Amino acid sequence: MAIGVKVMARPEREVSYVRATLKGMALTFKHMLQARVTMQYPEAKSTDDWRIATRWRGTHRMLTDEQGRSKCVACGLCPQICPANCIKLVPGEDEAGNRYPLIYEIDEFRCVFCGYCQEVCPEEAIHVGVHYENSEYSRDRFVYDLERLSAQTHPVSTLWDPSDPRGE
Amino acid sequence: MTPDQKGFLLFAVIKLLVVFSVMLAGVALLTLVERKVAGWMQNRPGPNRVGPFGILQPVADGIKNFIKEETRPASANEFLFLLAPALSFIPAVILIGVIPLAAPLPVDFAADLPLLGLTTFHGMMPMSVADLPIGFIFILAFSSLGVYGIALAGWSSNSKYSLIGGLRAAAQLISYEVAMGLSLIPVLLVSGNASFSAIIARQQQGLWFIMPLFLSFFIFLISGFAETNRLPFDLPEAESELVAGYHSEYSAMKFSLFMIAEYAHIVTVAAMVATLFFGGWDMPFTHWDERGGLLQTVVTGACFFAKTFFWIFFVIWIRWTLPRFRYDQLMALGWKILLPLSLAYIMVVAVAIEIIQASLGWTDPKAQGFALFALNLLLGWAMFFLLDRGRVVRGVAPRTRAASSMSPREGAA
Repeated sequence: MAIGVKVMARPEREVSYVRATLKGMALTFKHMLQARVTMQYPEAKSTDDWRIATRWRGTHRMLTDEQGRSKCVACGLCPQICPANCIKLVPGEDEAGNRYPLIYEIDEFRCVFCGYCQEVCPEEAIHVGVHYENSEYSRDRFVYDLERLSAQTHPVSTLWDPSDPRGE
Repeated sequence: MTPDQKGFLLFAVIKLLVVFSVMLAGVALLTLVERKVAGWMQNRPGPNRVGPFGILQPVADGIKNFIKEETRPASANEFLFLLAPALSFIPAVILIGVIPLAAPLPVDFAADLPLLGLTTFHGMMPMSVADLPIGFIFILAFSSLGVYGIALAGWSSNSKYSLIGGLRAAAQLISYEVAMGLSLIPVLLVSGNASFSAIIARQQQGLWFIMPLFLSFFIFLISGFAETNRLPFDLPEAESELVAGYHSEYSAMKFSLFMIAEYAHIVTVAAMVATLFFGGWDMPFTHWDERGGLLQTVVTGACFFAKTFFWIFFVIWIRWTLPRFRYDQLMALGWKILLPLSLAYIMVVAVAIEIIQASLGWTDPKAQGFALFALNLLLGWAMFFLLDRGRVVRGVAPRTRAASSMSPREGAA
């Protein structure tokens, strides 16, 4: 015999094909009468028993202060820690000696959404966001510049808290 | 041409157009039914975006398939590659033409039509496109023609997956064709006629053949699944092993033709089960439907449709319940179980009929039916409780441990 087939010794009642088939058919029929569990996505984005996690790490958002300027002080920690090397930061300094980003760009295609940038930020400026609808018509639209990051309005992610590991 | 011949031709053409357009529309809707039932059985709603409740989904699919790009493998055999979808499509669709869809309609028609001249039709008009006296044999012959389309599709694509799919289809269809044909011999034995109208008439006098010929029904149903290439017998297109089997290389409308052929086969098998074993258009417990008339034709048509639809649903139901057979299990079931079983059953039924008719002298179809039914209860019990204990689908493995230790490889070690 070219192919060896291992035959398990089973009790006879477990290898009755007709009965097993009828049992399976009863099961599928039962499921057919049950309630549907599908959420009609574009119309409904959350249901009573399901919502997107507040810890979801999606596309970024830069927070701004009262004057509408970005909170970023161009310290360089986020490009330093970024494992995907997707943050481009060119720091600048005004007359009063305040540092600010001249260029701040995030390539969302390279980003792995680890959330380290948010964790490391001393000014709580850059955040990953609770957001997942990102389609665009061209690839270069996925490099988000400072203006676009600041204009985002979606809620920001609450990162993992060791004292509340299940996010409750 | 006489007015009678003209009338016959006219009505034949009308029936042809009606039956085939209803068939093709029904097949299109069947794809939606399949996806809906699949969804429901998995607690999903199924397609529901195109039109109300997704009712226009087949239209969207059809338009998509017509305007899609056709791809053609560079090394395919051009002629056979084009021919194969047609070869599998035509036999599948043609089969519905010989099945009586409703009670015969009494027609009294005489009119002077433009172009045709005087056209008349008098008498009972059978509600099938062609009420062939050999309808039964016609179906067996044409349903096995579909395998040419599939085997050629597999070969002409010049792809190893397609070829394996095509070969599997050929082997499977030929194997189950034998059991299918033989399982229907008892139906012929009891009804004594190969025309569908006569088979239905016999069931109206006696019992529906599901009762006196239960094992035939069982074997026919299983072979029918194999003939339609559906789960649990969909080895010709086993996705997990063969990409899409024989139609891997087909795209757009040619692929669609294979799909239509598959669904048309489902309709035919369901219609055959309904006709051969569930009385066709017959309504149970009443003889009102046999008197003939327009209302009777419409109601029996609905009755036939309901029966057929139940068996279509059954096919879909099985598909979403059972996993696929292993290839050797498939062959073992066909050749080692169904073929001997149907042969033995022919013998048993033939002997039983001889005893009932000649020795006991029961000529009443009902009495014969009940006698055979009693016999079938016994045989059915024997089959399901004695045979179906892990012996039905066994495969190539040795039956016992003792036998396997005799194999030369282990003997050498």
